[in-house]
Amino acid sequence: MTTTDEPLVLGIETSCDETGVGIVRGHTLLADAIASSVDEHARFGGVVPEVASRAHLEAMVPTIERACETAGIALHDVDAIAVTNGPGLAGALLVGVAAAKSLAFSLGKPLYGVNHLAAHVAVDQLEHGPLPEPCLALLVSGGHSSLLRVTDVTGDIEAMGATIDDAAGEAFDKVARLLGLPFPGGPHIDRSAASGSSVAIDFPRGLTSRRDLERHRFDFSFSGLKTAVARWVEARERSGEPVPVADVAASFQEAVCDVLVRKALDAASSEGIEDLLIGGGVAANSRLRAMAEERASALGIRVRVPRPGLCTDNGAMVAALGSSIVGRGRPPSSYDLPADSSLPVTTVLAG
Amino acid sequence: MLLAFDTSSPTVTVAVHDGTDVVAQLTSGETMRHGEQLTPLVDAALREVGIGPRDLTAIAVGVGPGPFTGLRVGLVSARTMAYALQIPVYGACSLDVLAVEAVDTGAVAGPFVVASDARRREVYLAAYDDAGLRVSGPDVQRPADVAESLRALPVVGEGAALYPDFFPDGRAPLRPAAGWLARCVVEERVELSDPEPLYLRRPDAEIPRAPKPVS
Ligand SMILES: [Zn+2]
Repeated sequence: MTTTDEPLVLGIETSCDETGVGIVRGHTLLADAIASSVDEHARFGGVVPEVASRAHLEAMVPTIERACETAGIALHDVDAIAVTNGPGLAGALLVGVAAAKSLAFSLGKPLYGVNHLAAHVAVDQLEHGPLPEPCLALLVSGGHSSLLRVTDVTGDIEAMGATIDDAAGEAFDKVARLLGLPFPGGPHIDRSAASGSSVAIDFPRGLTSRRDLERHRFDFSFSGLKTAVARWVEARERSGEPVPVADVAASFQEAVCDVLVRKALDAASSEGIEDLLIGGGVAANSRLRAMAEERASALGIRVRVPRPGLCTDNGAMVAALGSSIVGRGRPPSSYDLPADSSLPVTTVLAG
Repeated sequence: MLLAFDTSSPTVTVAVHDGTDVVAQLTSGETMRHGEQLTPLVDAALREVGIGPRDLTAIAVGVGPGPFTGLRVGLVSARTMAYALQIPVYGACSLDVLAVEAVDTGAVAGPFVVASDARRREVYLAAYDDAGLRVSGPDVQRPADVAESLRALPVVGEGAALYPDFFPDGRAPLRPAAGWLARCVVEERVELSDPEPLYLRRPDAEIPRAPKPVS
């Protein structure tokens, strides 16, 4: 159901390599246009900031145009413009922020600079309706690994834990490279793991020892795991035996998911929270979803995971958060809104 | 009503031209932070003239060359505003605009060079005839590598001020002014282009080598 008294919001996302423009009315998704420069980064084995920024400039207007066409609206019908102003790659964020300001100014509509992580949480409303608040959010991608306590997605989010080294998605990329699988590694590891054994190799679970749990109960570390995989693969190669790619992929994936799910559920239980939301590109991982659902149900915790297209970076998530912010009557951002590459998650909306 | 801006130098510059003359010109109070300063300056310039964005009939933007991050702020803003307002957008080489200003203000007489700061101890450089028409460039060079014959000419722009040992005859203006960009476009004094950035350099990116052994 969409009614015209709900706000029509256009959201722009350029924090990494996806140029996303989404349009929502209330919590109804009308368009989610994306242009990705991922292919241009593949041969570098990771996102090259300058390549991403150049691609955002080229894609911006065509993507806005495509979103309006898909939504069947005219640009001047929009009630508000929302944009990711952090965290992310500074030069990439800047392209989206400048475009959003130009739209807001030209159309005479309010501008909302919003937090990318909060947008990853808000997007679930497009699929599963209003967010249960409070809820616990586990955000995992090539750029983030965060555990958040979400009291109010438009203004009260607290970071409970984060990675102390690599992001979870980065570990997938690096292990994929070790195994000769293409970038980005996530989907390839997932696919390869399907025919492997998750208990073939006992890879380490970072920050789960009793001592680590005292200081880093809800934090993650994936760098030791990545090194352990590299050592194991090298030892195999040295001994002249073939590397069982599927078994390595499955065992590695099991180690990552085990830690993510264990810590997320521990955080939810410790806060007495009954809803766990998983977002970010790694949420598309089939093992992560299955394991989270299985272990959560034993604890009476509900799991919400948006469909894969909404988990990865996109403009719809920014529009979804913008819509909630407009709905709660929060004041818009000013035209001197900066792009902030290290914006803390506690700042959901820029002043 | 033409809105013009340039973000190819450390300064953000914005102007409005009413078809007859420049009716507003504003320059950022501080250098850099293009993304934060451009829209407030555009807003202030239109207010000064007493018009709104819907009164604009065209946009002009300096396409550089210049440091990429700031340059893109200007270009994406120009393209997005033009799209939202359904008006045309024209690009002009920022060095060409400096050249026209230098000729019209009498800062140069005869052939000359425009050189701006390309950072990394290099300059963006183009050569002009006595009327301010570009005869070579723009390209990016180390001051020491610029041909002797060009270095001996008057050199307009910040490049000369930064490297006086290589460019002894530095002249004003140092950075592009949007008022001159507006005049150049209205009077068709420079070659107009699409609003495409003149990067003149490839992105820095290395193709990774095979993973290092860890044991
Ligand atoms: Zn993200």
